[in-house]
Amino acid sequence: MELNDLIFHTGEWLRGTGPGANIVLSSRIRLARNLVAFPFTNRADKKILDEVLRTVSAAVREIPLFADTTLFSLNEMDNIDRQFLVERHLMSHDHAASPAGKGLVVSREESLSVMINEEDHLRIQVLHSGFDLNGAWEAIDRIDTALSEKLAFAFMPDWGFLTACPTNTGTAMRGSVMLHLPALVMTRQINKVLAAIAKLSFASRGFYGEGTQAIGNFYQISNQVSLGHSEADIIQNINGLIRQIIEQEEQARQVLLVQNRAVLEDKIWRAWGILRNARIISSQETIEQLSMVRLGMDVGILNGLDHKILNELFIMTQPAHLQKIEGKKLNTLERDTKRAGVIRDKLQSMP
Amino acid sequence: MKCDKCAKKATVHLTEIVDGKAMELHLCEDCAREQSQVMEQQFGLADLLAGLTDFGKQIPEVRKSSVSCPVCGLSYEDFRKFGRFGCAHCYQAFQAQLKVLLKKIHGSSVHLGKHPQGDGLMAVTGKPSDSGPSADPVAGEEPNELESLRARLQEAIRNEDFEQAVQLRDRIRELEQNG
Ligand SMILES: [Zn+2]
Ligand SMILES: [Zn+2]
Repeated sequence: MELNDLIFHTGEWLRGTGPGANIVLSSRIRLARNLVAFPFTNRADKKILDEVLRTVSAAVREIPLFADTTLFSLNEMDNIDRQFLVERHLMSHDHAASPAGKGLVVSREESLSVMINEEDHLRIQVLHSGFDLNGAWEAIDRIDTALSEKLAFAFMPDWGFLTACPTNTGTAMRGSVMLHLPALVMTRQINKVLAAIAKLSFASRGFYGEGTQAIGNFYQISNQVSLGHSEADIIQNINGLIRQIIEQEEQARQVLLVQNRAVLEDKIWRAWGILRNARIISSQETIEQLSMVRLGMDVGILNGLDHKILNELFIMTQPAHLQKIEGKKLNTLERDTKRAGVIRDKLQSMP
Repeated sequence: MKCDKCAKKATVHLTEIVDGKAMELHLCEDCAREQSQVMEQQFGLADLLAGLTDFGKQIPEVRKSSVSCPVCGLSYEDFRKFGRFGCAHCYQAFQAQLKVLLKKIHGSSVHLGKHPQGDGLMAVTGKPSDSGPSADPVAGEEPNELESLRARLQEAIRNEDFEQAVQLRDRIRELEQNG
């Protein structure tokens, strides 16, 4: 698989179906693993990083579950290509920022990726569409077990998997769910919900992961604690929390529909009008307006749309994607113009 | 000794550090369970980050004797500064401090999750007999896990480590029910 094969194709996790897909975009599980024989990446020089990369890629080549994957060496890519992979949620900003000695394994469907030499030697990620942490766990559990047959992972029976940061020690697992919560934002209940999440030791983040701000009413919720509970327990806890948030968002949507229907319809139709007609649009405004259109579709105000098209637009309208589509570097104005064009094209066929 | 919160016999003795002063807390089993739930709920990200930086203040005796990892050379001081370990062996070198730190971060210092496949993986612990699937990695994993959990439960009870004991007990029940 070539990187460019990905451009006009969307990952399996963006197909927009699956349980609870009107509020939950995607479910992700990430496992951190380290090789016992090497220092952690923060204390490894180029030679050691290369050796870790070689060791992991040799193991990956032997495992049938990785048959449909490609290994990219980040060093050999330019900035735009690396940013492109970040925009597709296949790797972190940190991984892209210092590419020396780093690798990325990606499956054709994009539901599996492995960052090599990020903060830990391996960061394995499985992404599923909709509310499906259980399915993601089943998949990643198999992959991790297969890897642990080939690679000696740093592990202590008392403390579990040993990671560079003590906040990941134990299961070294983060389960996270991307939620669309426009009604909780509009009814000003979101801060109350986020405060409750923090109190329960869960973290909330923006659309692009750690350290990013929430835009367009998208929130990523994940567990903080990784030691003292089994993986199944942690997932069950997240699921319980997410179900409550979904319920509150659904209630808030009903409240808006009953009490503020005219205002809600106006916001949604304006968003639709902007996306169908704008000639210049920033990525922030795009996400905000897409959020409104998505809400309109979910509450039955806009018909004839599907989640897949909207999800594709989230990804395709980001800076590196626009530059890959155009095949050259674009400045801000050129990007904003190209973005508006891509959106109009995509929505043209809609009613 | 009587429980600080009710009149029952105190079986759990906790030391909490509040504003740099050690506070002793003597609780019965019921009140201790309640207390640990309260602590778990109050435990947010802000506490966690504050806990990482303030950690040294709480165990001055360990702080003075500067420990270093014999394999990668990272000192405990530097670990505290950067918040990252240098290698897997750091966990062994800083074992005493980490027991407290991990508990502060996660509310527990006992792994109840998955074990890796294959043998020889426990090399890093330096105590290969400790448990794990090393003898018969495929078929032997579950009975071994139960056995090791039971042993750790006994140890936790001996140490009056109530929180750990409860978690271990629940995990053992879960395994017994599923098996
Ligand atoms: Zn009591
Ligand atoms: Zn070390």
